[in-house]
Amino acid sequence: MPDTLAGLGVSQGRAAGPVVRMAGPPALPAPRPVTDPGAETAAVGSALEAVAADLTRRAATARGEAAEILEALAMIADDPTLREDAETRARDGLDAAHALDAAFAQHRDALSALGGYLAERAADLDDLKHRAVAFTLGLPMPGLPAPGHPYVLVAEDLSPADTAGLGPDVLALVTERGGPTSHTAILARGRGLPAVVACRGIRDVPDGTLVGVDGATGEVAVGLTGEEAELIRERDRAERARLAASQGPGRTADGHPVKLLLNIGSAADLVPDGEGVGLFRTEFLFLDRKQAPPFEEQVAAYAEVLGRVESVIVRTLDAGTDKPLPFLGLPEEPNPALGVRGLRVERLLDGVLDTQLEAIAEAARATGAQAWVMAPMVTTVEEAAAFARSARAKGIAKVGVMIEVPAAALRARALLREVDFLSIGTNDLAQYTFAADRQHPALADLLDPRQPALLELIAMCAAAGAEAGKPVGVCGEAAGDPALAPLLVGLGVTSLSMAPVCVPAVREALAGLTLRECRERARAARE
Amino acid sequence: MAQRTVTVASASGLHARPAKLFVQAAMKAEVPVTIRAGEKTVPAKSMLGVLSLGAVHGTEVTLEADGPGAEEALDTLAALLSRDLDAEDPAHA
Repeated sequence: MPDTLAGLGVSQGRAAGPVVRMAGPPALPAPRPVTDPGAETAAVGSALEAVAADLTRRAATARGEAAEILEALAMIADDPTLREDAETRARDGLDAAHALDAAFAQHRDALSALGGYLAERAADLDDLKHRAVAFTLGLPMPGLPAPGHPYVLVAEDLSPADTAGLGPDVLALVTERGGPTSHTAILARGRGLPAVVACRGIRDVPDGTLVGVDGATGEVAVGLTGEEAELIRERDRAERARLAASQGPGRTADGHPVKLLLNIGSAADLVPDGEGVGLFRTEFLFLDRKQAPPFEEQVAAYAEVLGRVESVIVRTLDAGTDKPLPFLGLPEEPNPALGVRGLRVERLLDGVLDTQLEAIAEAARATGAQAWVMAPMVTTVEEAAAFARSARAKGIAKVGVMIEVPAAALRARALLREVDFLSIGTNDLAQYTFAADRQHPALADLLDPRQPALLELIAMCAAAGAEAGKPVGVCGEAAGDPALAPLLVGLGVTSLSMAPVCVPAVREALAGLTLRECRERARAARE
Repeated sequence: MAQRTVTVASASGLHARPAKLFVQAAMKAEVPVTIRAGEKTVPAKSMLGVLSLGAVHGTEVTLEADGPGAEEALDTLAALLSRDLDAEDPAHA
């Protein structure tokens, strides 16, 4: 019988495979007598260049915050002052490994002495030092292993730098430290990888040991036989097959239909699942532009999506000073979240929205697809009416608005006299309802989608939709959470739009409950 | 010797993303630029140097450079420092 280690399951699913532990820091050998200081100096330079190149390469394949962190680390490895210090030590007679070790240590101590945020960066310097020293010693760089076969990745904890580079060989993640909101947990959920954190003793398990990971219960079975591992893999395959077989429209156990839609940033995000696109974030196409994207290019980008999916809700550019699109050149403002964002950009810039609506209409005509269009950050009925007039004048058949501002939610009924559908952005709606910055780490409880005041607003919108016979969907994070989706359905929401990876689990969650049970959950949550 | 004195506008100071953007811009400059906060002067191209200034939101820093292109380089870098680079977060979806 295998031993069982207990941790905290943070990402559902089962996997089995051989353990590969992340390489620890290299041990620094005794100083070596140097015969050729020139060669040591050159070795110092090559090591720093190799580390910077490795991090830059990984930054290029990472996204968002992870990419930023990797780039910043690469820049430290590339730092001219650091390099000069290390090279000077090598010229003065230290071997390359010790020259690097001493130079990094000096800068590390300087940062530590400054305290606060900079003291935390000191750990980054240690990480870089280990990489550079390992390179000069011909050892594998610490960080993600590449054993060349599928494996269960075991580590003390995973840094953003590590998680950014996870390849397809990783079957599951088990870490000794970490919690439900650690990088490991967030990454694993995003990728659909089973993960267990806070699993004591896991790093004592030797490489190559077969383990079984249950990301729901947090149990890790250690020392499986090949047959036992195969059994777990079979079960996992069956489970995935079951989820895959559940392909099809979303519905509750008693057959009440709920559309399951995809949130995408471009055609590259499309998967062959879901019942269409519920949120096409067009600004993602043009994030790096200094000039407004020309009409023809916009048509082509929209047509690429419209040509592949029958029904798509295109959101017009959602930008502002807190979420800049360089080509808009918006002026700075003291309070960007409450400033010119989304549809409000139209107040300052003529023509951007018109060109986009024209391009969406043209792409729809060219592909014969059904393009629904919605505006972000709508606040008043007048704004919605003006937007609907512009869109319809271009030949767009279905026009909607996002509900992100409480003022709009309160006027849902009047809004639906002007537009054809509503889509609720729960993240921003929570931020504005609770006066809590959605990035603020200390205010997470206020941004919990289960907050009754938020549910109240969602329920109002859904009721207005039911009355008008028009669709009301949710496209925020909450829609992709299998625990929250039934609650939203119980409130009366008609569609859920989510990251493609979330669709099967949400479909399963809905299929397990009747509409009445969903309503019961919603009622209890609002009490 | 061209010189500019500016106040760091980024909410988190000259750390993290703002520091990265500043050093990247300094690397593109045609002349070597130094940045001073208080008594400490470091090369603007050095990420570690810039971090070690410990400049927070509101810290006054002085940029200096010499030679052809110095004025333009300092204008660019000073403009960058006087913007809140934290608020310009592309990941804020």
